[in-house]
Amino acid sequence: MRKPVIIGVGLTPVGEHWKLSLRDLAVEALLNAMEDAGVDKVDSLYVGNMASGSFVEQENLGALIADWAGLGNIPAVKIEAACASGGAAVQEGVKAVMSGLEDVVAVVGVEKMTDAWPSDATRYLAYAADAEWELFHGVSFVALNALAMRLYMKEYGYTEEDLALFAVNAHANGAKNLYAMFKKPITVETVMKSPYVADPLKLFDASPIADGAAAVIITTEEKAKEFVDKAKMVEVAGMGRAVDTINLANRKDFLFLKAAHVAAQKAYKMAGVEVKDIDFFEVHDAFTVMAALSLESIGAAERGKGAMLAKEGQIAIDGDYPIQTLGGLKARGHPVGATGVYQTVEAVWQLRGEAPNQVPDAEIGLTQNIGGTGSNITVTILRRV
Amino acid sequence: MGRPMQVARYWRHFKEKYRLIGGKCKSCGHVHFPKRPVCPECGSQEVEEFQFSGKGKVVSWTIVRNPPSGYEYYKPYPIALIQLEEGPVILAQLTDVDPEEIDFGMEVEMVTRKVREFEEDGIILYGYKFRPPIK
Ligand SMILES: [Zn+2]
Repeated sequence: MRKPVIIGVGLTPVGEHWKLSLRDLAVEALLNAMEDAGVDKVDSLYVGNMASGSFVEQENLGALIADWAGLGNIPAVKIEAACASGGAAVQEGVKAVMSGLEDVVAVVGVEKMTDAWPSDATRYLAYAADAEWELFHGVSFVALNALAMRLYMKEYGYTEEDLALFAVNAHANGAKNLYAMFKKPITVETVMKSPYVADPLKLFDASPIADGAAAVIITTEEKAKEFVDKAKMVEVAGMGRAVDTINLANRKDFLFLKAAHVAAQKAYKMAGVEVKDIDFFEVHDAFTVMAALSLESIGAAERGKGAMLAKEGQIAIDGDYPIQTLGGLKARGHPVGATGVYQTVEAVWQLRGEAPNQVPDAEIGLTQNIGGTGSNITVTILRRV
Repeated sequence: MGRPMQVARYWRHFKEKYRLIGGKCKSCGHVHFPKRPVCPECGSQEVEEFQFSGKGKVVSWTIVRNPPSGYEYYKPYPIALIQLEEGPVILAQLTDVDPEEIDFGMEVEMVTRKVREFEEDGIILYGYKFRPPIK
């Protein structure tokens, strides 16, 4: 099969973009990525987006964005997998290139969340849960994660302060990323003083609602030479994706992200790598507890030891398992359907050696993107060419 | 509070939401809630209705302080994962309880309560909630 290579990345800062609409954000990121790749047309477009119909009353994003970016009569569709929509869209683009059907593919992840009232945004996010058996009872996504957080702390004896370390690390790294929503370091005390949103989960355990768009251009290794130097190429070496029960209550194990485990094992096999070969991990820290569970389920930590990596300082940029190297969801921000593409862009920066918070000599990176309460998860391995 | 959907959306689940009727696999005996067309344990499509007792224990809980729109009136409210005595775990609100008293393993029983109202059209949604048993 053909080797897929990312040759261009583009993005908008993450934040509350009052002046910019969904299409403005998506087109800006997409055109930036095309410029970075040196391409003036693409064979197809995949749009990662979770809930544009709810957030801005707009569906059919393939047509909208291709039209407004001037891409002509290409095939263009929206890929939806809740908060993992971005990661899934990248993988669909990679599949298209690998299949031989399309040579140069654009992927853009976009979410415009701040046009909605906050409690409506909370409702739309909960549409990724089970509408009939979860949302009906008034649960929010934060609350579902709070249920897991309480169990995690009890099962393994961690405190709220321990989990806060994931937020502290994310902010320390995000402070160096000009595109991050929060560029200010915080302390454990900052997290502990923030109000409860759903006990024991506090405001600073959670990633912020935000607007943003990120894009990548994918082609084959052969074709890539027509557009860019080798230094700009990053190979998509492996990928996996899996689902789990949509309803958290139906899980046999509330503290293991089976979908992440299955997806990661597939990705490692395809890339021919083991966890110890990976230089950094962009995991889905929508909530601090999810960072811990993600590290455990992808095999970077033993069960119950995910938060220990934070306590030991191993998740820092100079640790053995650097995570959220440019702020993660917590500090960079979490424009839901765009997040997986932001992770990809940040991994490309690291592997090109051009990240503002560089992991020294990074050769292999991992991105992990969660949709729902662990119900739809992508894992992608990227490697320097 | 928004506008409700067509009434059919709500009454099609009365059995589950008013009476806690779930499913039992005729092939392997696995019980689950709500009833599914395919047994999650063995894959059999022979699933019959099963009446749960409504008794269970709290597995985990939280207090919803920033609810989804439509539920603001009730905030803050406790929500829990509850393991029914027959095995399955379900998500529901806790009611008639001091949030400080909620604990792991706390015994609870099902009651039927108002879950949501709408400002238009007058539909009121009822469903199961759980409370500490009245002794
Ligand atoms: Zn069965």
